Amino acid sequence: MPVALENATRVIGLLMHSYKEYVALMELHDVVDRDKLVEVMKTFVGKIYQRPPLRSSVKRSLRIKEIYSIDLLEFENRHVLFKVRCESGTYIRKLCHDIGLLLGVEAHMRELRRTMVAHIREDLPIVTMHDVSEALYLLNRYKDDTLIRKVVLPGEYIVAHLPRILIRDSAVDAIAHGAQLAAPGVVAVSDDLKKGERVAIFTLKGELVAIGKSAMDLEEVLKSEKGVVVNIERVVMQPNVYPSLWKKSKKEQAI
Amino acid sequence: MKIESSKGFAFLKKLDEVANKKRNYIVKSEAETDPRYGFYPFERPVDVYISYGLIPLDKPPGPTSHEVVAWIKKMFGVSKAGHGGTLEPKP
Repeated sequence: MPVALENATRVIGLLMHSYKEYVALMELHDVVDRDKLVEVMKTFVGKIYQRPPLRSSVKRSLRIKEIYSIDLLEFENRHVLFKVRCESGTYIRKLCHDIGLLLGVEAHMRELRRTMVAHIREDLPIVTMHDVSEALYLLNRYKDDTLIRKVVLPGEYIVAHLPRILIRDSAVDAIAHGAQLAAPGVVAVSDDLKKGERVAIFTLKGELVAIGKSAMDLEEVLKSEKGVVVNIERVVMQPNVYPSLWKKSKKEQAI
Repeated sequence: MKIESSKGFAFLKKLDEVANKKRNYIVKSEAETDPRYGFYPFERPVDVYISYGLIPLDKPPGPTSHEVVAWIKKMFGVSKAGHGGTLEPKP
């Protein structure tokens, strides 16, 4: 479970709506042939209709969810261990039930572990509450920050999956104060940028400034000399970290 | 110094690795960053580092995500914390 602190809290919500990867244990109610199981599971890859189960936290209306992949990991007697990558909001309990129906033997989900939220793996070097507590003790008692810097990662990791725009120092504080990103502020762009899609704005030091939706496609960004490039959705950078050149120029104009 | 050989850019390449993405960057106009403002993410003073931090936490079973986040908040003495989603409620 990724936990964001203070300023990073502003973008952690992004992960909630990103794709997920789970490992699930399904129990079949009767024996089936392995080939048949694999074949049936394959039919669930792609867009599926799903009605949320009785015990669910959303309205129980039929909705469309996408399954990106299903991989059979282990199959023994009536137990099926599989890995599934799917759109956020897909109920795996229901998926197991539906696989059972299509197999004609019925099935239910026994166990579920989430292994990934967007690009952030949850089953690899992961930090326990004890690690956090120890790191904080070392920091507070002995002013030793080596462990805390391992336990805590820069919040920039949250948006690692997004296309990026790097901006000049002079453009940072205007955004930190709520302005949109204008074309002259752009220094570099990653080639996966798409118009209308989400993009992360970084300083040249690699600090996350804000996230927003791109108002231009890659070519427009590169050739435009003016105009709004990104409509800002969330600002992470605190104001007054970078110099506010935009304020000064306004004052100068007034004089 | 060219952007592609800067320390800030090296950090972004690291993020690309984290997300398992191959990206190319197109430079619109070269620029440099003033060391007097801001910090390279790994060089933030520890209080600033924490205030922009992310913990890939192994949530203990039992307490809810909400409870765990409340504990983390208290331990760090921060005013805000949030998590990136939970599993469906246990039957």
